[in-house]
Amino acid sequence: MRVFTTLLRPDAGRATVGGFDVVHQAQEIRHIMGLSGQYAAVDENLTGRENLQLFGRLYQLTWAEASRRAAELLEQFELADAADRTVKTYSGGMRRRLDLASALSGQPRILFLDEPTTGLDPRGRLGMWDIIRGLVREGTTLLLTTQYLEEADELADKIAVVDHGRIIARGTADELKAKVGGERIEVVVDHREDIPRAIELLTRATEGEHALDDHMRRITVPARGGARSLVQVVRDLDEAGIAIDDIALRRPTLDDVFLSLTGHSAELAAPGAKDAVKAGAETKT
Amino acid sequence: MTTATRARLTNSGLRQEVSDGLIMTWRNLKRVPRIPELWIFAILQSIMFVLLFAYVFGGAIPLPGGGSYTEYLMPGIFAQTIVFAAATTAITLTYDLSKGIIDRFRSLPMARSAVLSGRTFADVVYNGGILIVLMLTGLAVGWRVHTDVLSFLGGVGLLMLFAFAMAWMGVWLGLAVQTPEATQQLSFTVLFPITFLSNVFVPTQTLPDWLRPVAEWNPVSALTAATRQLWGNPNPFAASGFPAEHPIELTVIWVVVLVAIFAPLGVLRYRSMSR
Repeated sequence: MRVFTTLLRPDAGRATVGGFDVVHQAQEIRHIMGLSGQYAAVDENLTGRENLQLFGRLYQLTWAEASRRAAELLEQFELADAADRTVKTYSGGMRRRLDLASALSGQPRILFLDEPTTGLDPRGRLGMWDIIRGLVREGTTLLLTTQYLEEADELADKIAVVDHGRIIARGTADELKAKVGGERIEVVVDHREDIPRAIELLTRATEGEHALDDHMRRITVPARGGARSLVQVVRDLDEAGIAIDDIALRRPTLDDVFLSLTGHSAELAAPGAKDAVKAGAETKT
Repeated sequence: MTTATRARLTNSGLRQEVSDGLIMTWRNLKRVPRIPELWIFAILQSIMFVLLFAYVFGGAIPLPGGGSYTEYLMPGIFAQTIVFAAATTAITLTYDLSKGIIDRFRSLPMARSAVLSGRTFADVVYNGGILIVLMLTGLAVGWRVHTDVLSFLGGVGLLMLFAFAMAWMGVWLGLAVQTPEATQQLSFTVLFPITFLSNVFVPTQTLPDWLRPVAEWNPVSALTAATRQLWGNPNPFAASGFPAEHPIELTVIWVVVLVAIFAPLGVLRYRSMSR
């Protein structure tokens, strides 16, 4: 991300953004891109309007253009009421919206969002998602990184899964999910001694390979028949008198994709290596 | 490349450097009234020095050749305030670094020089404002200018030039240290001796022989002696010699030397910065 946004020179290799080389044509790239997220920030001691005017000017707009654009963005991001208050007084969600608006003040063709919803409450996150979807609909190319695989699922056309700095898988969300298979049934039995019998029943009902988490007493099998398989399994277990703690039909999420690709979960791998685990997501128009 | 981007790209060069520098100056000055703790303490600290030295220590410091100690003191206080302002420059810059806003600037199609030039221009203007308040304080405790308007403005001009040099030193300090807390510590370990090993509070005659040349050639002494001379305030210099006879020229030389050292160092650091 820092290489693409010209903040960092690559150690090796080449990269181009919008056809421009990140080393030799950095200034051209800066004209057509916007950056928002953990690496960029707004000025706490300026008002929302002043921030947008400042960044508009630095995108080489005239004062008049920058002021008009600022008013437009404040309206669009529902910050018009707070436009003339200093950013210090803004809530976390308002700051994020202003941060994103700042990245848009030069009307970039390509938008880089670095974990745009980290630290936002669920409502703030949904609001950001709406705004981002709108931008993509209007033709902006978006590259976003996120630790929330759910977010990549929601916003991205193409996803690259990055583990320890290397891309380990890429494709659409559906393609990636297909790699781990379809729906599955998860059963947690009450008593450990029931596990062998439960496995026998489950594999017979679903005709699939089982996976066992012995510690959690959890058995997972593929559910080819969807909800019908689930009903069958419940019936069988009940007839056999096996007490169950929990049973569920699960659709694969990108978290499952990550787990099955790396053998560890996104959260577990994160400490220590900040950029080690990230799902990069890209939306092209 | 679209025609619009091509047109905007040709706008680069010196014109863009100046215009972006002025935009950054605007940004930095807009912030000043909103961070009152920054300048209120700078002013209070200077006023405290005025009161301490004019009324407490001043009585024990005889001026060779006589004259009012307060009139001797005030030009030194102005110089001291401007030297200490280097710490403010450094701290505000490291604050920006820590908040990530410098990274946003680095991602924008703006002149690379504008972040630093905007910082130093703004700090010169900011110092000008502080200087007005201190001059009024000086007038209140009995300091006067005994020469003409032109000499008065000359002295103010020297102070502003010196503020520009100090701002570049602050830029370098801030970029070298990178955290506001460490900058605060380091600034005062560097800036305190510079101002006290000078003619600001005490005539250099009282210093031991080996230390006296250091104090006389000190840029802060040069600035103080120059303004004292321009304003007709008591200016007892130990002996003859270049610093005593040409304080104005020495100040200008120091400004050129300091900017020539710290501006390139600061710019180089800024360019190579990719945390």
